[in-house]
Amino acid sequence: MKIALVGLPNCGKSTLFNQVAGYKAETGNFSGTTVSYIESRVRVAGEVVEVVDLPGAYSLESGSPAELQTAGYLSSHDVDVIVNVADSTQLSSALSLTFELLQFQKPVVLALNMIDEAARIGLSVDGEGLAAEFGVPVLPLVASKGRGVKPLFLKALEMGRKKQVTFTGFQKQDADSRHARALEVSARYVTRGERRLIWRDRLDNVLLHPLWGYVIMLAVLFFFFQAVYGIGRFTEPPLLAFFDKITRGALSPFTAGSFLSEIFLGILQGITAGIAIVLPYLLPFLFGLGILEDIGYLPRVAFLMDAFMHRIGLHGKAIVPFILGYGCNVPAVMSTRTLEEPRDRYIAAALAVLVPCAARLAVVFGLVAFYLGPVAAFALFLFNLVIIALTGKILSQLTPEDTPGLIMEMPSYRVPTIRNVLSKSWFRVREFVVEAWPVLIAGSAVLAVLNYINAAFIFNWLVRPLTWLIGLPSEVGVPLIFGILRKELSLVMLSQALGTADFSVALTTGQMMVYATFVMFYLPCLATLSVLRRELGTRDMVTISALTVVVALLTSLIVRGVVFLIL
Amino acid sequence: MTNLLEVPIDITFRITSVHEKARKKLLQYGLHIGDTVRVVRIAPMGGPLLVEINSRELALGRDIAEKITVEAA
Repeated sequence: MKIALVGLPNCGKSTLFNQVAGYKAETGNFSGTTVSYIESRVRVAGEVVEVVDLPGAYSLESGSPAELQTAGYLSSHDVDVIVNVADSTQLSSALSLTFELLQFQKPVVLALNMIDEAARIGLSVDGEGLAAEFGVPVLPLVASKGRGVKPLFLKALEMGRKKQVTFTGFQKQDADSRHARALEVSARYVTRGERRLIWRDRLDNVLLHPLWGYVIMLAVLFFFFQAVYGIGRFTEPPLLAFFDKITRGALSPFTAGSFLSEIFLGILQGITAGIAIVLPYLLPFLFGLGILEDIGYLPRVAFLMDAFMHRIGLHGKAIVPFILGYGCNVPAVMSTRTLEEPRDRYIAAALAVLVPCAARLAVVFGLVAFYLGPVAAFALFLFNLVIIALTGKILSQLTPEDTPGLIMEMPSYRVPTIRNVLSKSWFRVREFVVEAWPVLIAGSAVLAVLNYINAAFIFNWLVRPLTWLIGLPSEVGVPLIFGILRKELSLVMLSQALGTADFSVALTTGQMMVYATFVMFYLPCLATLSVLRRELGTRDMVTISALTVVVALLTSLIVRGVVFLIL
Repeated sequence: MTNLLEVPIDITFRITSVHEKARKKLLQYGLHIGDTVRVVRIAPMGGPLLVEINSRELALGRDIAEKITVEAA
């Protein structure tokens, strides 16, 4: 028995799916969170059924990738029952799809999701009337709270067993007449009480205000990053100390400096680095982001930032990868999935990897802020923003846009549930653990081997043309190359390479600025590269990597020139 | 012929036509000819419009809004 969940974007299919399947699908108060289908086996009333969560679609005919996938799945796979999830607050839009689903000649169950929200805004839906009109069972549902989930699946099971298909004379119609009918039906069975959405409008009046909207957005993001870095700074040192102790204990049976001991140390350091990134920074970051997302604030940010993003050739939706990038580039690249056009995905990903992640910011703080003062660090930070904007401008000139611009669903505000936010954060951390962590550990081991066989001079020599060009000593070759494996170790490796922990002895002011600039822009870490490859393909990964090196070189030269002029 | 970019906010209009370039895209978002539409607010500095349509709110870039022709409803 196979049950397919079908409905409009952001109507709660994935939330429903997660209720029955455990947390397997990514959810968010943002259209298009699900981009491909997910299947799971679930036990309903003693029977094992297969439930599939399909990407949201307004229609099955207009041909967006998500819709083609949904339509293709419904006609080719052996779907026994279609559960049509409809957002009760927007039935007139949802029912158009219902008419289309009836044409598949499969049993359909219509689930009126967010029925509580509908009641709150003064809508009352005549479920029995709808059931009679469509000839299918209609059930109320509040997927986010798990209410109505069991009766819904019991009903779906029953319909699947009977294989009962109702023919109520629904002919294949064109989109416009189907839509007109949906409007007519919803007008008949949905009665509207008082003027709706009052508090939402009030909130939007403030949050989308031409002035206060931006002030609040900056405040929210500032507080968000402050909180994340605050938690990170608080938890990282004891964590590192703890793992340092474990590492020393684990290494004690080996002879210090032997090959085995070095490689083992490399692996342990990789594991430690993963924990030191994930637990202190990534977890609070993803948790906070999950809250912002489920409230429905991110589309508001996209709305406010659309005008700016247009100037760099993208539209508002592409703001999400940027915000994510400051935490870690890996989820940033993953989030470009929500963009519809391949061109937008490419540009957003290319720009997102230029955003300095927590590890690269550590270099800026540790080198520039520490030795040259916060003003220099801030200047570098602003310089980074300008360069990202310029790169975006150039990339969008090179790939002219044929998309008409921003179209984005503006969802209602929803109160996030702890359970949902927690499982979402866990879901994303797991992506990092599975995708990026192994690469980190392997890279660390390779680094240890190369260190052991004393291969440093080869690498210094290999990148000497580059380091010479931007005026850095040849010893920085190794930290630059191996920074690709472990960005957060750039500073540690730099001090190893230079043979001192006091960088002001070995490097001039200009060299520190140039080094920080180069590290900020050049090749993202191996983990990010592997995700780039998965999301965009090998070719795009290579071109984006090449682009970052070019950008890093040019910006380093600019910084070198500017510092030369100032000092 | 008035396009959505030129109409005052908070007044309901009916969509009479959509430029061919944007039609398919808007259809994917459930926006049809004949729907009533109301501009709720407009973002500053060339930003998008927030419109209410079929009891949902959609953000539309100005270049798209310009391609939607409306008449008084």
